[in-house]
Amino acid sequence: MTLNDLQQIKESELAARKKIVLRCCLAAGCISSDSKGVKESLEKAVAAAGLQDQVEVRGVGCMKLCCEGPLVQADPANALYVKVTPANAPAIVAALSGGKSALAQADSNAPFFRLQESIVLANCGQVDPERIESYIAVDGYLALHEAIVEMEPKDVLDAIVKSGLRGRGGAGFPTGLKWGTVAKSPGAKKYVICNADEGDPGAFMDRSVLESDPHAILEGMVIAGYAVGADQGFIYVRAEYPLAISRLQNAIRQAKRVGLLGAGIFESPINFNIDIRIGAGAFVCGEETALMASVEGKRGTPRPRPPFPAERGLFECPTLINNVETFANVPPILRRGADWFAGIGTEKSKGTKVFALAGKIQNTGLIEVPMGTPLRTIVEAMGGGAPDGGKIKAVQTGGPSGGCIPAQHLDTPVDYESLTKLGSIMGSGGMIVMDETTRMVDVARFFMEFCMDESCGKCIPCRAGTVQMHHMLVKILAREATARDLAQLEELCDMVKHTSLCGLGQTSPNPVLSTLRFFRNEYEELLQPDPHAAPQLAGKA
Amino acid sequence: MTTVLAPPKNQAAARFATLLGSDKRYKILEAHIKKFQHRQDALIEVLHKAQELFGYLEDDVLRYTAWQLKLPASRVYGVATFYHFFTLKPQGEHNCVVCLGTACYVKGADKILAAVEARAVIKAGETTPDNKLSLLTARCIGACGIAPAVVYDGTVTPRQTPETTLAQINQWVAP
Repeated sequence: MTLNDLQQIKESELAARKKIVLRCCLAAGCISSDSKGVKESLEKAVAAAGLQDQVEVRGVGCMKLCCEGPLVQADPANALYVKVTPANAPAIVAALSGGKSALAQADSNAPFFRLQESIVLANCGQVDPERIESYIAVDGYLALHEAIVEMEPKDVLDAIVKSGLRGRGGAGFPTGLKWGTVAKSPGAKKYVICNADEGDPGAFMDRSVLESDPHAILEGMVIAGYAVGADQGFIYVRAEYPLAISRLQNAIRQAKRVGLLGAGIFESPINFNIDIRIGAGAFVCGEETALMASVEGKRGTPRPRPPFPAERGLFECPTLINNVETFANVPPILRRGADWFAGIGTEKSKGTKVFALAGKIQNTGLIEVPMGTPLRTIVEAMGGGAPDGGKIKAVQTGGPSGGCIPAQHLDTPVDYESLTKLGSIMGSGGMIVMDETTRMVDVARFFMEFCMDESCGKCIPCRAGTVQMHHMLVKILAREATARDLAQLEELCDMVKHTSLCGLGQTSPNPVLSTLRFFRNEYEELLQPDPHAAPQLAGKA
Repeated sequence: MTTVLAPPKNQAAARFATLLGSDKRYKILEAHIKKFQHRQDALIEVLHKAQELFGYLEDDVLRYTAWQLKLPASRVYGVATFYHFFTLKPQGEHNCVVCLGTACYVKGADKILAAVEARAVIKAGETTPDNKLSLLTARCIGACGIAPAVVYDGTVTPRQTPETTLAQINQWVAP
């Protein structure tokens, strides 16, 4: 494979393009509403109308507005059909030759689409995730060529540092710094791991990226491998995402076949292989040291850091672990320049962030916005507010490690620092909207139950602490607790937060602490008078 | 304590030879293990395959895996019991997975679960006595855009209610 070959693939792919493209969403959400049937009947309808030479029916990844699926987009007419059934296919094809159709359409100029800025999701819903040619046609693997052929590993590192990219897994560690540490660590063998163990309930960004644009992840990983000096990569993906796994396997096969993965990439001496490791349903494996134990085929329990994975990680070798979205940002940064990327977002948080918008909100789906976008813009303008005229009460970010941001703080800009200040975290990007019917104590209990189940049992504060905190929350909900129990709960939260071994335990009290901070009255309403409290003097006798 | 005891070495080889001869699934598993060159770090991959072949991880499968990968049986048992995805009990003919992710939960997945539990008279994680239905819960299947979601025999189904779920369950469970 040379640059010429790459360009030839692109040209022949573009030359084969037909005038009209019908893009049909084949991501997991739409498939569950029979979008495969829709695609088949579209193909039949096109054939029946004798338009095979002019119309291409393309299966693509996520088209973002998941609640209205299955989605079909007609180009260049720019019509987005929603809730399509196989029976609608003839009408969609008929509308291609002009004329209005009576089918339900979404307004592609609505704030939900208009306010998005796509870097990570740029190819989602555009390219066919099952064909590498489709990715190459949108300049895919061009950044890899530039990195390997024209840049030294150090130049690649510098570009990532300069872009200001921070880890998209939640904590926001500067990516360039992490890459630099791995590059500097001595050792002949190094590894790159892509953390695709998206365990936060309510988050599906990584899943959509893996299903819609798997080659972007591979490209990002190979560039990372080149920059840090690794020749082996692993993608650790959840077993709950079978479609993502099969698309990744397919993408790896294709990339190997054309020489973009494996030995001698772009006819250079650079080798890089990627293997998939399938998780087995343990939330704690999203923690990097637990994840590495799991890749090694062991129980996924974390270990103390330091040594950090960048120094001693997988199989005791220096290891770079980044999230799916972080890797997806890498090719665009190299292709369009670090300065371009650094020009988006806020001073400390650069670029964009993908959020999965779900819960009690009109428009559920995927959104990508520049860092620093106010929460209100996201949930009210783009999300359309609560359904059925309800009122938004809080927005939960960061999954079980995050917190609830109350409606009065909706004007907070979404960046790492602002969310931390409110007692929540950016997290991987799950955003669950709650309305007036949601009881916050119950939400806290829900997350605590989650952490209790998912605690790996290695350290005592988390193993025993989550059980006790859950017990107290159940007691409060059953209206059997007193003010003294609440005080004890707070004390316990503090202890677990400061003494647990890994992120799971340290952040498990967050949902309780953040709901206590903003919705303390909901807890207090459930409390009973303390029978053991000192009797109050009812005035002087 | 339930532990998987490894039989003495020479006995083990003879035992597994019989298993390999009598059950084709062990042959397939052996081929899969060879593909991973008997590497010990492939344990989780091997267990995935074993569960796919056998439906659950019975004691013999765990012992066989340990023997093939030259791992202590305790280590294999430890890994198999650590991860939620692996099950050591046989599963029912059909399965119903209710997603309890946050998005599904705030949209009433708890009510769906309660309805199924009451109808099938089992708790989450259990199988009906006639082996017709296993009821499971998931911690988020990433289908939040179409919440609440329920998976019937591997098919993700969007926007469920207690009524639609019971309509499906009634086809599987005796009245």
